[in-house]
Amino acid sequence: MSDKSAGTLAGDTPASSTIAMPKRPAGTLYRGNEGMWSWVMHRITGVAIYFFLLVHILDTALVRVSPEAYNAVINQYKTPLMGLGEIALVAAIGLHALNGLRIILIDFWSVGTKHQKLMFYIVLGLWAVLMIGFVPRQLMHIFGGGE
Amino acid sequence: MTTIDAPRTPAPVRRPRRGVNWEKWGWIYMRASGVVLVVLIFGHLFVNLVAGEGVKAIDFAFVAGKWADPFWIVWDTLLLWLALIHGGNGMRTLINDYATNKLVRTVLLSAVAASTAVLIILGTLVIFTFDPCPAASPADLLPSFCPVR
Repeated sequence: MSDKSAGTLAGDTPASSTIAMPKRPAGTLYRGNEGMWSWVMHRITGVAIYFFLLVHILDTALVRVSPEAYNAVINQYKTPLMGLGEIALVAAIGLHALNGLRIILIDFWSVGTKHQKLMFYIVLGLWAVLMIGFVPRQLMHIFGGGE
Repeated sequence: MTTIDAPRTPAPVRRPRRGVNWEKWGWIYMRASGVVLVVLIFGHLFVNLVAGEGVKAIDFAFVAGKWADPFWIVWDTLLLWLALIHGGNGMRTLINDYATNKLVRTVLLSAVAASTAVLIILGTLVIFTFDPCPAASPADLLPSFCPVR
């Protein structure tokens, strides 16, 4: 699996008349390993964020109904369970955002495809930093303490 | 048995496609909006979940305080439009990939299109018809700049 041929359809074309059938597709961006799993995670997190977005627009729309209605619903976001849910939400958004930037670099940066694997681990690293920053702060907010 | 063209048969001449290449613009939109959404959403998350008391600070007065500033009205309107169209187009991609039954696909695509349109209109109306000091509301739920407080 050389990264060099990633992005091309057939790789090297031999001059001889017979071509040995490869045992498995090689040199593709999306089959197996980091490329595929980042793609799978991008889809899963995308769907999750989408359904949260639908709910979130509806709950925010309650500010147009009455202060009481909005506060009653938004207070549900402050419970311990939903506080953990917000950690999951930030985790999903962080992964989707950072991997989205990786996709853009793969598409537009001349050597983006070559470095897609390295960029996947950079995405994971930045995501870990993001979560290390957010999770303790959120736990303080949800379970008291903090400010 | 399937018949295939003899080797080196010239490819059939296709007429060039006419009109707007919507798939191309959708592809470009996902990347362009994605970059902007990274800024908008992380800013939104920081102000609403991290700064100050985090999620516990959010209530009607908090929202009214934000929307008293045109900066946040523009921010939230951009967020609404860019995110919903980005998400709706992403769902369209998944439906086209996985819903192989034509009827199911049509139903799902219509549902995504309808919910996107309804929520964009609803959200925009909410932002631009918002009343921070509704009459007959308990004064302690309202932002500090309301006359009743």
